[in-house]
Amino acid sequence: MIRIANLVKKYGDVSAVDDISLEVQQGEIFAFLGPNGAGKTTTIKMLTTLLTPTSGSVEIDGLSPITQSTEVRRRFGIVFQDPSLDQELTAYENMELHGVLYGVPRTTRHQRTEQLLKIFELWERKDDPVKNFSGGMKRRLEIARGFLHTPKILFLDEPTLGLDPQTRNQLWTQVKLLNEQEGVTVFLTTHYMEEAERVAQRIAIIDHGKIVATGTAAELKAQTGTDSLEQAFLKLTGTSIRSEAGTSADMMRAMAAMWQRGRR
Amino acid sequence: MGIIYVLWLRQIKRYFRSRARIVGSLGQPLLFLLSLGFGFGPVFQRAGQGNYIQFLAPGVIAMTVLFSGIFNGIELIWDRQFGFLKETLVAPVPRVTIMIGRTLGGATTSVMQGLIVAIACVIVGFRPNSVMAIVGGLVFMTLIAVMFTALGTAIASVLSDFQGFQMVMNFLVMPIFFLSGALFPLVGLPRALDIIARIDPLSYGVDGLRSSMTGLSHFGQATDLAVLSVLTVALLLVGSRLFAKIQI
Repeated sequence: MIRIANLVKKYGDVSAVDDISLEVQQGEIFAFLGPNGAGKTTTIKMLTTLLTPTSGSVEIDGLSPITQSTEVRRRFGIVFQDPSLDQELTAYENMELHGVLYGVPRTTRHQRTEQLLKIFELWERKDDPVKNFSGGMKRRLEIARGFLHTPKILFLDEPTLGLDPQTRNQLWTQVKLLNEQEGVTVFLTTHYMEEAERVAQRIAIIDHGKIVATGTAAELKAQTGTDSLEQAFLKLTGTSIRSEAGTSADMMRAMAAMWQRGRR
Repeated sequence: MGIIYVLWLRQIKRYFRSRARIVGSLGQPLLFLLSLGFGFGPVFQRAGQGNYIQFLAPGVIAMTVLFSGIFNGIELIWDRQFGFLKETLVAPVPRVTIMIGRTLGGATTSVMQGLIVAIACVIVGFRPNSVMAIVGGLVFMTLIAVMFTALGTAIASVLSDFQGFQMVMNFLVMPIFFLSGALFPLVGLPRALDIIARIDPLSYGVDGLRSSMTGLSHFGQATDLAVLSVLTVALLLVGSRLFAKIQI
């Protein structure tokens, strides 16, 4: 379903993604783990047509994100690290807009919106503006929206960041359920190792733009001689804290955080 | 078409739901209208130019549409990191369609802002010369709105954060407004200023608006219409090209 070969993304002399190769099978839940700044989000951006690779090749369902971007975009849904809902619109309006953008026929759109909002327990709040939602509800809505056009692949970039354990647990249960029911391939990143171990069939660990290990959670533990995925992760990527260069996105994120605090 | 419509509708809904923003963005034009209008009124009258409010009102309306249009475009910087824009960038829709929908929606809200200010102008004492003035006024407001929303979008497509924003405001938007003949007649100006005013696209917008509302024209309405139409189409083309190349 996803095939990456010798993928490289350079910013000037710095390689954010440095010659990675991996394959994800159809229907698989695949976790892509790594410390901050390791290249996870950059990889996802290249897979989802938002960024052009410096070199190497990417295939999504046999198609190229660069030359066949519209076809590729039809095939995936994505939940970004930063929110991408329209805060002024209601939950239902956000779903509706997504459905129209993806050309989902009206009746299917309404049925599926209802079904998904019920699965993610948002149906009662469908006519409330998104700005009144909690962080967890917004996340659930974004994931529900990602499923609306029945994608073949769902990308989840740190979907559980900042959520409480209850919400995280519920969210993964629902994603797993839809993975089983609809056979959607899930490509996720997270910093919570126990989540990756619980939901993902296979895991790749990326560090400094290179893939340092791939396999099931059990294989990674056996390979490193550790008894938890967290320890395996630390053994593979080291214990030093990463100094990530402040990008413009980080600066704006800080501004956004201040702005939101001010409004609460 | 359907997609342009839903994106347009989204902007209109947003506009009506954020009343605080509507009221907030009326402050500046009203301040200009009241302080300059009544402050310079007597001098203007004594210089034999007639009623200053009558002269200034189209300029203030143009200013409202200009600022609102540019902001609608520039909002893109924020929107592509934290907003809905990213959702549209991964949708299986040509980027040009998204740009057009967004621009038309933003331009419509700018025209509405302009209309509110126009009503305020009438309350303060501005008198358009006929009912037809509304039609002509709407045409020119629309052209100004689309042109500057497209310009804002073009600029925001190449800026990666807000650091360049201050520069755009001080060295582009403010000069466009102040040197456009919105505040003073473009007659008997020093040569340099005269040339700048002729290059400034808003000069033609203000002039077109003023001629259709009060009958007073500097360049001639046909010239205004031609210059604005050509520039609007050109900026839409440039804007959608740059928008299509956005990487995040």
